[in-house]
Amino acid sequence: MKKIMILLFVSLFSFSVNSNAKSITLGWAAWDPANALQELTKEFTSETGIEVNFEFVPWPNFADRMLNELNNKGKTFDLLIGDSQWIGAGAVYGHYVKLNDFFDKEGISMSDFSPATVYAYSTWPKGSENYYALPAMGDALAWAYRKDWFDRPELKSEFKKKHGYDLGVPANWNQLYDMCTFFQGREIDGQKRYGAAINTERGSEGITMGVTAAMYAWGMEYENPNKPYDMEGYFNSPQAVEAVEFYRKLYEDCAPPGHSDAYMVANLDAYKSGQVAFQMNWYAFWPGVSKEDSGGRVSGFFANPKQNVAAATLGGQGISVVKYSDKQDLALEYIKWFARPDVQQKWWDLGGYSCHNDVLNSPSFPTSTVYAQGFLDSMGIVKDFWQEPTFVELMLPMQEAIHDYVVNGKGTAKGALDKIIEEWVEVFEADGKL
Amino acid sequence: MSVKKKFKGLSDKAVGWLFIGPTVLLLLAINIYPLVYAIKMSFTNFYANKIGREPQFVGLKNYIKVLNKEAIWEKMQVTASFMFWTLLLQAIIGLGLALLLNRKFKGNELLTTLIVLPMMLSPAVVGVFWTYLYNPQVGLFNYVVNFFYDLGSFDMIGSSTLAPWAIVIVDTWMWTPFTMLICLAGLRSVPNYLYEAAEVDRASKWQQFIYITLPSVLPFLLLALLFRGIENFKMFDMVVELTSGGPGSATELASINLKREAFEKWKTGYSSAFAVILFVTIFGFGNVYVKVMNKIKER
Repeated sequence: MKKIMILLFVSLFSFSVNSNAKSITLGWAAWDPANALQELTKEFTSETGIEVNFEFVPWPNFADRMLNELNNKGKTFDLLIGDSQWIGAGAVYGHYVKLNDFFDKEGISMSDFSPATVYAYSTWPKGSENYYALPAMGDALAWAYRKDWFDRPELKSEFKKKHGYDLGVPANWNQLYDMCTFFQGREIDGQKRYGAAINTERGSEGITMGVTAAMYAWGMEYENPNKPYDMEGYFNSPQAVEAVEFYRKLYEDCAPPGHSDAYMVANLDAYKSGQVAFQMNWYAFWPGVSKEDSGGRVSGFFANPKQNVAAATLGGQGISVVKYSDKQDLALEYIKWFARPDVQQKWWDLGGYSCHNDVLNSPSFPTSTVYAQGFLDSMGIVKDFWQEPTFVELMLPMQEAIHDYVVNGKGTAKGALDKIIEEWVEVFEADGKL
Repeated sequence: MSVKKKFKGLSDKAVGWLFIGPTVLLLLAINIYPLVYAIKMSFTNFYANKIGREPQFVGLKNYIKVLNKEAIWEKMQVTASFMFWTLLLQAIIGLGLALLLNRKFKGNELLTTLIVLPMMLSPAVVGVFWTYLYNPQVGLFNYVVNFFYDLGSFDMIGSSTLAPWAIVIVDTWMWTPFTMLICLAGLRSVPNYLYEAAEVDRASKWQQFIYITLPSVLPFLLLALLFRGIENFKMFDMVVELTSGGPGSATELASINLKREAFEKWKTGYSSAFAVILFVTIFGFGNVYVKVMNKIKER
């Protein structure tokens, strides 16, 4: 009996110690980099004694889950790694803590981070010196291809004979199309292969992220640089229309069958199962893709090809402290630790994409992985979707109209872009911007 | 203190209220109050995500906007088409299966259990696994269709012509057992002496079906279709998992659009007006339907 009482006492004591332990909760999307961050964070816990709990939400529900939490002033998360487009809403609606004073106090300088990432992930209004996040995960939309197929002499010579130039990393979207159609329906090692797994997802942001990769490369601007929110002739410019038409052609002629609602995971699956020669995806996935090269599969990676201009769709996120958290001090301690150059280097080594200049400017960086140079190239040319507080309202009509045109084959590219502008004008009017 | 003693002095009416009180309170709190609140919001320009911005009264503006929006009518058309085909197919197949299972044969009970299985699954799960069945490369559905008739590669979910049929097929597969069960209950309630009398009068099997079986089972079938109609008018989860409303907006039902307006675009005032319009529509149709059903019963 005595032994049982001691055991009971010990377990009760340990429970109370555990419940008193300092802990914070970090929210992010459920994907490979999140696992790397969890691994990295073990060091933070061992250094500070602060436990970090993680809640990773699958991508299709990520925005819904997190934005509902913020709109409801929820206390679930102390730290949030939110999409770049959320920064406007985070700042304007007061969801995120402004970090300027904290950065000044702790000697964290934004000039230590890549300017493109500071602009995209941290500032609101854009380009100002009001910081609401620390750049946490640099990312952009890029391409992976089956280097082992590209290196086959018989395919190389057949391609050169047909198109008059070498089969390799495409220099522009026209070459990308040539290469995709070259592989479309081709039998390799007894299996039918297809051109490219591209973004076509309808529900969240997939097809928008995909089609903008083409639109940016054609030179599309969202608005008149001299007259904000004046979109007529910019977003639906002839170049933008051509890019959307091209994206539809790419979908129709090069995507594998059934690839009508595909985004990150579906593109990865199509590529890993050997269906396609190319996949469009985020840099975040390349560590996994390059590690998993097996059974003769070798991957090459390249930044978004240029067409009229060099440009790439921005991904990635900053880490913010949630205003409604009761543990802001602990959350800030985590940010202070995460901003350290040595931690940033470990972050890159583990598969996270650091935005710290010490890491990116290191002479060994470009050759540290096969995709590192592409990442550097991409981060210099990134463009992002609207980062307005109303970005969800802006995203949804684009998803619908582009999917309707590209996948459903309904209407014209010009009609789709006009329809989007019409909806956007309504959103900006309701928001008092127009 | 005994229950009898405790309630001594209370009238029957008071005891009745005591019993239904908690339910009424719950109903008021989670049904009536939100409904009244939504009606109030529908006259404002409220955005639930715009913290600190006071809603302003805008009169009937939201209602006019909803009713004048072409896209809304497209969604209503998609919903109407989905309801028409699912109800028609579920009525025909459900009644057919009920007639089959009303006969006594070996394995009847096992077959009934197997047929009822899809109804027991979660609609979201059904949506997800049918995306695999419809896969143009490895999907079982495409394989079976091609086995009987070689159509080549076709994409049920990616084609705007086929996607509306894809959701009709899945809903029919899942919910026909419900119609079947209700019809079966109706069939089993038909007294045998009616058929015996018809046999004596030398009525053919077809005449027995038209004059005895169908009139007896019709009120049950109509009741099943009422339930299915209401459910399909607000269908959401299965379609979202299967097609996300796509391709484009080919399968975007009114309920999916309402969710997007309310909880993704956060147009609370506008979406409240849309919700009220949908509520009035289904309530109005439901009432007319019940009246027609009662008339059929009285005959």
